[in-house]
Amino acid sequence: MPIIDRVFLTISTTGTPDRPATDLGFLLHKHPGKAQAFTTSYGTAHVLYPEADEQRCTAALLLEVDPVALVRRGRGKGRGGAPDGALAQYVNDRPYAASSLLAVALGAVFGTALKGRCAARPELPERALPLRVEIPALPARGGADLVHRLFGPLGWTRVQAEPVPLDERFPHWGDSRYVRLVLEGELRLADALRQLYVLLPVLDDAKHYWVAPDEVDKLLRAGDGWLAGHPEHRTITERYLARRRSLTEDAMSRLELARLAEADDSEAEDLDNAVEDLDGAVEDLDTAVEDPGGAVEGLDTAVEDPGGATPDDAAEPGAGAARPVPLAVQRREAILGVLRACGARRVLDLGCGQGQLVQALLKEPAFTEVVGVDVSVRALTAAARRLRLDRMGERLSSRVRLLQGSLTYTDKRLTGYDAAVLSEVIEHLDLPRLPALEYAVLGAARPRTVVVTTPNVEYNVRWASLPAGHVRHGDHRFEWTREEFRTWAREAAGRHGYTVRFEAVGDDDPEVGPPTQLAVFQLVGTDDTPRTTDSPEEGETA
Amino acid sequence: MTTAPTPRTLPVPDLSLVVLVGATGSGKSTFARKHFRPTEVLSSDFCRGLVADDENDQSASKDAFDVLHHIAGKRLAAGRLTVVDATNVQSEARRQLVRLAREHDVLPVAIVLDVPEQVCAARNALRPDRAGLPRHVVQRHRRELRRSLRGLEREGFRKVHVLRDVAEIDAVEIVRERRFNDLRHLTGPFDIIGDVHGCSSELESLLTRLGYVDGVHPEGRTAVFVGDLVDRGPDSPGVLRRVMGMVKAGHALCVPGNHENKLGRHLAGRKVQLTHGLAETVEQLAREDEAFAAEVRAFIDGLVSHYLLDGGKLVVCHAGLPEKYHGRTSGRVRSHALYGDTTGETDEFGLPVRYPWAEEYRGKAAVVYGHTPVPTTSWINNTLCLDTGCVFGGRMTALRWPERELVDVPAERVWYEPVKPLGAAAPGGHQGRPLDLSDVHGRRVVETRHLGAVAVREENAAAALEVMSRFAVDPRLVPYLPPTMAPTAASKEDGWLEHPAEAFAQYRADGVAQVVCEEKHMGSRAVVLLCKDAGAARERFGVADGPTGSLYTRTGRAFFDDPAVTEEVLDRIRAAVTGAGLWDELETDWLLLDGELLPWSLKSTGLLRHQYAAVGAASRAVFPRALAALEAAEARGVDTGGLLARQRDRAADAAAFTEAYRRYCWTTEGLDGVRFAPFQLLAVAGRSLAAVPHDRQLAWLDRLVEADERAGTGLLRRTGRILVDTTDADSVRAGTDWWLELTGAGGEGMVVKPLGAYVRGGGRGLVQPGVKVRGREYLRIVYGPEYTRPQHLERLRERHLGHKRSLALREYALGLEALDRLADGEPLWRVHEAVFAVLALESEPVDPRL
Repeated sequence: MPIIDRVFLTISTTGTPDRPATDLGFLLHKHPGKAQAFTTSYGTAHVLYPEADEQRCTAALLLEVDPVALVRRGRGKGRGGAPDGALAQYVNDRPYAASSLLAVALGAVFGTALKGRCAARPELPERALPLRVEIPALPARGGADLVHRLFGPLGWTRVQAEPVPLDERFPHWGDSRYVRLVLEGELRLADALRQLYVLLPVLDDAKHYWVAPDEVDKLLRAGDGWLAGHPEHRTITERYLARRRSLTEDAMSRLELARLAEADDSEAEDLDNAVEDLDGAVEDLDTAVEDPGGAVEGLDTAVEDPGGATPDDAAEPGAGAARPVPLAVQRREAILGVLRACGARRVLDLGCGQGQLVQALLKEPAFTEVVGVDVSVRALTAAARRLRLDRMGERLSSRVRLLQGSLTYTDKRLTGYDAAVLSEVIEHLDLPRLPALEYAVLGAARPRTVVVTTPNVEYNVRWASLPAGHVRHGDHRFEWTREEFRTWAREAAGRHGYTVRFEAVGDDDPEVGPPTQLAVFQLVGTDDTPRTTDSPEEGETA
Repeated sequence: MTTAPTPRTLPVPDLSLVVLVGATGSGKSTFARKHFRPTEVLSSDFCRGLVADDENDQSASKDAFDVLHHIAGKRLAAGRLTVVDATNVQSEARRQLVRLAREHDVLPVAIVLDVPEQVCAARNALRPDRAGLPRHVVQRHRRELRRSLRGLEREGFRKVHVLRDVAEIDAVEIVRERRFNDLRHLTGPFDIIGDVHGCSSELESLLTRLGYVDGVHPEGRTAVFVGDLVDRGPDSPGVLRRVMGMVKAGHALCVPGNHENKLGRHLAGRKVQLTHGLAETVEQLAREDEAFAAEVRAFIDGLVSHYLLDGGKLVVCHAGLPEKYHGRTSGRVRSHALYGDTTGETDEFGLPVRYPWAEEYRGKAAVVYGHTPVPTTSWINNTLCLDTGCVFGGRMTALRWPERELVDVPAERVWYEPVKPLGAAAPGGHQGRPLDLSDVHGRRVVETRHLGAVAVREENAAAALEVMSRFAVDPRLVPYLPPTMAPTAASKEDGWLEHPAEAFAQYRADGVAQVVCEEKHMGSRAVVLLCKDAGAARERFGVADGPTGSLYTRTGRAFFDDPAVTEEVLDRIRAAVTGAGLWDELETDWLLLDGELLPWSLKSTGLLRHQYAAVGAASRAVFPRALAALEAAEARGVDTGGLLARQRDRAADAAAFTEAYRRYCWTTEGLDGVRFAPFQLLAVAGRSLAAVPHDRQLAWLDRLVEADERAGTGLLRRTGRILVDTTDADSVRAGTDWWLELTGAGGEGMVVKPLGAYVRGGGRGLVQPGVKVRGREYLRIVYGPEYTRPQHLERLRERHLGHKRSLALREYALGLEALDRLADGEPLWRVHEAVFAVLALESEPVDPRL
């Protein structure tokens, strides 16, 4: 479990006899003739000057991180010495990624300069200097492109971000997430430092579990004067504040999965991906959804509706300019329509994710019992948060339950319901496991009505943003054509005594069909339309 | 007072709900104390006290009875006799208790203490808390009791004992009776015989094949008939005569089938339809004399719905029985035993659809039954249907118990045309149906043979459920997951964190002299389930559509996304097994291998790139600049206080780190460059090989590798090893040198295992099945580039291995358990339970660097 502790930054300026470069020392409040060391909680920060004369002055900030102390700070007997295995890796090592340490060190070591104060030479901070900032290894999620977008509008004449290759021995591994950053331009030092203070963690975009609750104030202070007008201010704000969302709780909820990932030599994100990561949501939010809300409000949307991350959930392409209805909403409406029509009262949402459909169902008193089932504890936690389950009144909460369950196992708790919904669920299962799900739902739980939705892969060509041959979501194990879906649905219905009919959700393209396909399974011998006396359904008996 | 009555015995079934009935002061509590264990008695007074702090607070009665009923329900569900000490003089109170008894399928028994009013009053007067009880209360109780007496049987009490006065009460003795269905004391051996349906000739053939001579087995075996002796076939009277004779003589047991039940009703003069072959029986019986018919009627009347046999390990009934009904007595138990459960639906032949109870069966006892004709018998969740449709031209089948051998004879002809073809699956489906969530979910305790009960916590089961459901391959193809392994204790030698000395010393201390040191391959742990062909996979593991096995990680995930690649790997290993002649030698058509798949970079690219290579990349980007800056500063005369030297050392460590991970990475193209190093053959058909000594294990595996080399696929890799005697200093030195050489050349390290594989220490339980000793350079990947610095090493040595060792043993025991259950042919859910628990334990908090 290596600790990333290569933390190094230089700030250089040039000067003339009347404005000597060594003024940098006054500004930074650190004497150019000495090497100074500052103790921080992660190790020692050193400030020294490789060069310091009238013409050129360079200050170097170097952090000497103590990797062992980092991991071992909380010592627990019986657990091998580390505070907690996975915690050590997934919580503790992240804050020590270069940029956040650097940002903290900037604040701690150059705090005065950051505030733009200089007691000895009060006029100095107001002066723009020819500055050169170099960070040889800066973690930058979003790559050189984002670096340019972030620093470009901030007055630098040169922004250079050169990717650092992962390992020249294995060129096909590609670039690391580090870039070598060089900034050049005439800026006030305090402005430059404040930009770095905010943007280095934003670029790193790692999880920062140690962040204090006053982070918003810090952001407002450090961003004063440049953040508000920045074209990327939403990305900056969202990424910077993303860390605030019930971080500890979040970290804890994934520990078990993180450990299993580790047992497999894979990353926690590989397993714990049932709920869209906030980061992805934010990024796609920029491109996919236009939200008029402020930055923090936008964050809420992102947190609660990461579904927006997939093209599938974005508004339909070409559906007109005036706020088209997102497909996710259309799908929900279609499902609600089926459930209302079949008179279901007790409904299962199998694979409820973050509970959007559960929430919609609860708004209609006709649904007297709504059970959300998901295999992901993380999803259920998010759903409980969305529904505000802990604060819900008794009457409402008596109608709703969230259960951890798995559709590859039969489950007695799921028998006896009027209807079950499998919305965008089956495609998250490996095909060989589909018979298990089919049996668990149609064979064992056996609700009267089952609504299944899944992407129509034929429609993928209509998503401009989706590269050809790609599935709509990283975890989709398959996406079916209309024919494939219908064949499966008819056979499954026949095997278990159901009839099935199909509906389109979204724009039903004459050539490739609708973006989402929907099937309604009805148990033979039950009435699927109790509210309308004679609606001629094109029901087909399998 | 009259003369002392003769002592009277009150029979009470050993599992029943005993309801005491009597006015206040009639002596119920005293009676209960005298005849029952204190924990068997639930008193309403006591429950009133529990909920209201006052045993006489009548306003708390409703809550008190809720509590009483709840506890009584728990006891009855657990199969414990329970006595209710309350007045129970009102029919409503008794009705609730009768219902409770029925809910738990136990017999309600009433014992009435009919004591004169003055006796009750006198007793109450002696109790300070009841001295003020108005006289009319006792009078009312007495009135209600008198009114109740006659109707008690009608209320549902199966036994009613009325004790009329104090002397009689004092003289009685309670006798606990074994239930009729409880024959656990009979241990057989048994020959359980499936549905006969009047096939007398086949029955005689089968009895002969089983070794019976004229209904008697010379070795004293007992035949057990699962019912449906009669109807449809040619000679129901002959069958009845044979079976009745054997039962009477004590050579057989018999449970009733639905056909006997219907015949019994016919013989009793009830109106039944002469369908489903009853007409034939009636006709055949008409040729017998009346005495025989009466005998048959008595025989059928005396049949008990099901039997518990052989210490409770075996349950025999006609149509199957869920565990909660075993040993219980109620109408619905009898009905299930005779008819099974139905879903309420009817199939296309107009027959009721049978509920697949066996699919859900999770009981400890084997349930052997008949009723539903199946083409072939097979165990499903520890249940077996023996009806192979003899009368329809199939076979007549018997099960030898405890041998679990099947013996059958073919039908001599089709005696009766079936309504629907005999092609349907066994009731309860086939193994392809999914497992039930209750097999794995929530907090669980898994019983293991080698380490007793192993607990799984809820949060760990939750994580395992997610991984098992979303990522793992089909559980039928994941019959095992490898346990974690503890490292050796920290070395005390300068510059070393791990060293063989401690590992050898540990085994020496455990009393293990002979150990094998095996080269530890640095790749990804991989388990291979390999079947001889798709047919064997289908037959043994129930998977259709072609997979001939599986290749999965330690969390059960497939190594290769493309099943075709997996099959190609399996093909190569299969060829090696064939080449080495192991299929025949091990008498198997499948085997399970534990090993390591190489290179590391094959599967762990994400981790490598984001965690390991990234560190190297950052180092290479930063150090030249940082060192240049420091050199420039020193050149200017700035005293950096040794910082430059330290940074130079760090740069060197970072370079060593990069070299360390690079050794385990190489480029692969398809399967070119992919290697599999097997180090244990875990199981073959019917056998766990986990306890086979490692030298024998390695000899098998060497032959695999050699066969693979001859075939030239380049897939299999040999595991280097050396045997060490931990009590011999020279041998220990040789082992240490071997390790030094191995790790000096870039090896990850070694695993030290007791040569005997499965070792129990002197009274201290299981010995660690292996201890890893990792190389000095390799550990940079684990502990960071600079861990070898003395100040870091010193702190790293304070590592606590206790939890890791305990975890390793628990997972090992679960793994052994999974293999044993697999070998015993136990149902999928039992194997999966143990496998799932290993996965769950893997998510327990433990230092991942250990």
